[in-house]
Amino acid sequence: MFEFRLPSLGAEMDEGTLLEWKVKPGDVVHKGDVVAVVDTSKSAIDVEIWTEGTIHELVLEPNRKVPVGTVMARLLEPGESVEHAEAEMRALPAGAVSAGAHAAVASVGDAPAAAAPAAAPRAGTAAAAAPSRQRVSPAARLRAQALGLELTGVTGTGPEGAVTLDDVEKAAAAMRPADRAAAAAAVATTPAAAVAPAVAGRALAMRSAIAAAMARSKRDIPHYYLAADIPLVHLQRWLAARNADRPLTGRVLMAVPLLKAVALALRRFPELNGHHVGDAFVPAESIHVGVAISLRQGGLIAPAIHDVDALPIDELMRRLADLVARARALTLRSSEMTDATITVTNLGEQGVELVQGIIYPPQVALVGFGRVTERPWIEDGKVSVAPVVTASLAADHRASDGHRGALFLNELARLLQQPGQLDAGAT
Amino acid sequence: MTMGTTTEADDPTLRQAILETLQRIAPEVSPREISPSRPLRDQVDLDSMDWLNFLLGLHARLGVDIPESDYRKLVTLDDLLRYVSAKRRG
Repeated sequence: MFEFRLPSLGAEMDEGTLLEWKVKPGDVVHKGDVVAVVDTSKSAIDVEIWTEGTIHELVLEPNRKVPVGTVMARLLEPGESVEHAEAEMRALPAGAVSAGAHAAVASVGDAPAAAAPAAAPRAGTAAAAAPSRQRVSPAARLRAQALGLELTGVTGTGPEGAVTLDDVEKAAAAMRPADRAAAAAAVATTPAAAVAPAVAGRALAMRSAIAAAMARSKRDIPHYYLAADIPLVHLQRWLAARNADRPLTGRVLMAVPLLKAVALALRRFPELNGHHVGDAFVPAESIHVGVAISLRQGGLIAPAIHDVDALPIDELMRRLADLVARARALTLRSSEMTDATITVTNLGEQGVELVQGIIYPPQVALVGFGRVTERPWIEDGKVSVAPVVTASLAADHRASDGHRGALFLNELARLLQQPGQLDAGAT
Repeated sequence: MTMGTTTEADDPTLRQAILETLQRIAPEVSPREISPSRPLRDQVDLDSMDWLNFLLGLHARLGVDIPESDYRKLVTLDDLLRYVSAKRRG
C-alpha cells in the first residue's frame, strides 16, 4: 500500500483545497490519470497520479484546505490484496495512520505541536512599540491567514506601523520549514467555508503567490541578463507562406517556431535547462517549456508544454492553443504546473522590445522575446529593412556563466535562420 | 470583390455579431466603449492567440475565412464590418 499526498503544484504553493475526487475506492489508476481537482491560489488544477495502483481509501474530504504533503488517499500497489493492505495498516503504529493534516505534519517536518513561529520573539518589541490595536492591511491579513501566520508576532513597517503584505511574506520566509508546516496544518482545521476561494480572494491570492515566488527568485538567484537582436526575414517569410493557403484552424503563430527554437537550442545547453535543488543544479532530462500566459482577470501563470524539442510545429501550435485556453479557463493539470524546466515569455505581444525576466524558481533560466519590428539591418555590408526580434536570457549564475548564455543566444539565432529545419527537429 | 464604402458599416446585426464574438474572447470589454474608428487592438488587449480565436469565432458565426495576408487591413471595428460584409456578399 502507498499514500498519495498533496503535491506542491508550484514554487509558491504550500497548501491547497480539495475540490473534488475524480476517482472512487476500487478504481484502477495509471500514471498520469487525473485523480482529483485541487484549488490553489492560482487555479483549479487537475492532479495526476504518478504511478499505477488501485484506490483503496479516499482519506481527504472535499472542501478541506490542507498543507502540501497531506495524505489524500491510500492506494494498493498492482497485485496487492485488500487484506494485505489492511494487515499492513494494522501493523503500523496508530499515530502513523491518523488521517489528514496530522500525518502530514509528522512527515513534513516532525514539528512539535507547540513549535512557535520563528518570528514570535519579535512580538515583544512590536507590542511595546504599539500598545494599541494592531493595524493590518487587508491583503496582509488574508495572506497571513492563508499561511497560518500569527500576526501578533509580525512587526509592521507600513503607515502608522501597519503590517503590510511584504511584512507577512518576510515573517513567513523567516519561519523554519517545520514551523511553516505546523502553521499550515493549523489552517487546515479552519472550517472550509471560511477559506473557500472567492473570485476577489483568488486575484489577491494570485498576487501574493506571484509576489512570494518572484521575491524568492530575486532574493536567492544571482541573475545575469543578456540580449541579442535576431533577424527574422527567413522565419517570417516561411511562416507567411505556410499560413497563406491554410484555413484559420491550421495557422501557426510566430510564438510557436520561437518556442521550438528555444527548445532545440537547449539541447546543447543543458546548464540552462533544469532546476536548482538544495545547493546544486540538477539538469533536466527532458525539455519542458513553461509558457508565461497573462490572465484577463490579472496575474499570470506559466504552465509547461512537455518535450517541446520533439514536437512538430503543427502539434506544438495545437498544444499552445490548448494550453492558453485551459490556463484562461483555469483548468490545468498538475504535471503542467510543476514540470517546466525553463520558461519563455513573449511580452512582444504588448509592444515592448526588450524583456528582462525574473527566473521562476527552482528553474535556472528564462527566455524573453520582444516585439518583432522592422529595423535597419546590415549584412554583407548592405543595409536593408528586416523584421527583427530582441531575444533575452535571464539566467542563474550558480548554474551557468554569461559566456555560455551568450553562446545559447547565438545558437537560438542560428536555428531561427533555418525555419524549415525547425519542423524536422534537426539541429 | 470590392471593399464596401457606404452603408455596410451601419449594419447593426453584423456589428452586434462581431462585438459578441469579441466579448467571448475579452469578456471585460463593454461594446459601448469601443470606438469604431480607432484601432481595435489598441482598445482591447488582444494578443495574437486572442486575435486568432476572434477570427475563428467570426468564421464559426458568420462563415468568413480571413486570410492572414488581409490581417493588416483589419485595424478598426469599421474596417472589420466593411470587410466581413463585403466577403459575405462576395
